Amino acid sequence: MGLKEKCFKKSLWVFHLSAGSCNNCDIEILDCLTPKFDIERFGMKLVGSVRHADVLLVTGVVTRKTLSRVKEVYEQAPKPIVVIGIGACACTGGLFRDSYNFAGPLDKVIPVDAYIPGCPPKPESMLAGVMKFLNKK
Amino acid sequence: MGKKTVIPIGPYHPLLEEPEFFKLYCDGEIVKDMVWETGYNHRGIEKICQTKTFEQVFYVVERICGICSTSHPFAYANAVESIPGVEIPERAKYIRSIVGELERIHSHLLWVGLAGHFLGYNTVFMWAWKYREPILDMFEIITGNRNSYAMFTIGGVRRDINAEQATQLLKVLDDVKEKTDLLVGAVMDDPVIHARLKGVGVLTSKDIHDFGAVGPTARASMVDIDVRRDDPYAAYDMVNWKVILAKGGDVFAKAEVRLLEMYESIAIIKQCLEGLKKSNQGDIKIKVKEIPPGIGIGHAEAPRGEVFHFVKSDGGNSPVRHKIRAPSYTCIPTFRKSCVGGTVSDAAIATAAVDPCYCCTERMTQVYDYSTGKKIMNAAELIKLSQAKTRDLKDKKV
Repeated sequence: MGLKEKCFKKSLWVFHLSAGSCNNCDIEILDCLTPKFDIERFGMKLVGSVRHADVLLVTGVVTRKTLSRVKEVYEQAPKPIVVIGIGACACTGGLFRDSYNFAGPLDKVIPVDAYIPGCPPKPESMLAGVMKFLNKK
Repeated sequence: MGKKTVIPIGPYHPLLEEPEFFKLYCDGEIVKDMVWETGYNHRGIEKICQTKTFEQVFYVVERICGICSTSHPFAYANAVESIPGVEIPERAKYIRSIVGELERIHSHLLWVGLAGHFLGYNTVFMWAWKYREPILDMFEIITGNRNSYAMFTIGGVRRDINAEQATQLLKVLDDVKEKTDLLVGAVMDDPVIHARLKGVGVLTSKDIHDFGAVGPTARASMVDIDVRRDDPYAAYDMVNWKVILAKGGDVFAKAEVRLLEMYESIAIIKQCLEGLKKSNQGDIKIKVKEIPPGIGIGHAEAPRGEVFHFVKSDGGNSPVRHKIRAPSYTCIPTFRKSCVGGTVSDAAIATAAVDPCYCCTERMTQVYDYSTGKKIMNAAELIKLSQAKTRDLKDKKV
């Protein structure tokens, strides 16, 4: 069991970073907060600043304009931090891997701990992904 | 005049879902000027479209924006089908309209929720998003996915709506109508919301014409435009509905337009379901063998306004040019009119009132010389220029 799995057992605070996404994953993340899925019952909540966060959710492809910002946000985060790539774009580049404005896959920019694929992943699969990561032995 | 304070908002800010950057120049509480900078979300979609076949482009344009993921395929379908001039089957028309209107309901509910959140009414946010869920479930039943429906194709739609799904949909609509009554009551009768929204972010009909704003933003200022009525496509000329207008041009009027439009959408879907019943077991798709050389122009009324697509074909497999204009592109510049002169605390809701969608907007990062057609700037230089402009403005004004 690594340090990250040991540290983060409960009440994860989540910061959401949209690197260059189509809004789909972002609204599905917000959906997790609303009464139907309600992740706040696990003590998870979205926070306003990455400096307060345990988990960094990254959605969308990293574009050339957001590249430096994504790195900066990662540097500002308290370590250890769990980075989760949400959606096909963050995992692989998806449809946009051939685009001229694509600055490279997310895991070449910052270290990524878990990937949740899907376009967009359903809120259930996001919850399942986070739980799977935390229960990793 | 006193010293001006600069408030930077973004690009990553709790208020914003997407990366964008605002700078408010304030004198005390009053916003004197604002600068907005986008381009964070530019993914080169028009260029990608030119490398895909006509069929594949549907799934590319769907990923321009996750919230209006039917409007872009809708406008693209209108554009491509206008090149060979095909008429799609009646059943496909009804199904297209149903998906389009369902999306409008879910998008407006989403807006009501976010607007409530900006105003500090988190209950409204939770309610609106909770009532949005049955619609997303319905999408999953009809199309197979909660967002990005992949429903449209050249010459029709890919999936049929059967009688069982229609019954389910009717039930969901009745439920949504009830909840809309509740939301309308909560918004229209609340004195605090009146005090907070009335007279904030006013856009006159002249401003709308000056900026070329579209959609609910324009209709809230009594500018009577709606592509669904002005240039009917799909089944919109086969059903009865009316364009919702409101007086005032303030944020309250925009909220009113959006809330009342949901009733119209419900009415449209119900009539379309009746139409589906009549055209029982018809075709949902006709085969289009090839797209001849030519130019296709298509538009559609997205929840935020008119989406415009231009497709040029040379008779080959893929478009040689694809141009997209999203509604937020014309609506976002109105920020300078609606925010300047107001207080800082009103700036958030005045910008949110347009329902801006940045991932729709960001199409362009290269500048060409108009006369010679030579490229004079690339993305990196433009970014540098944009940053320099912000810096200059800062030096000048502070």
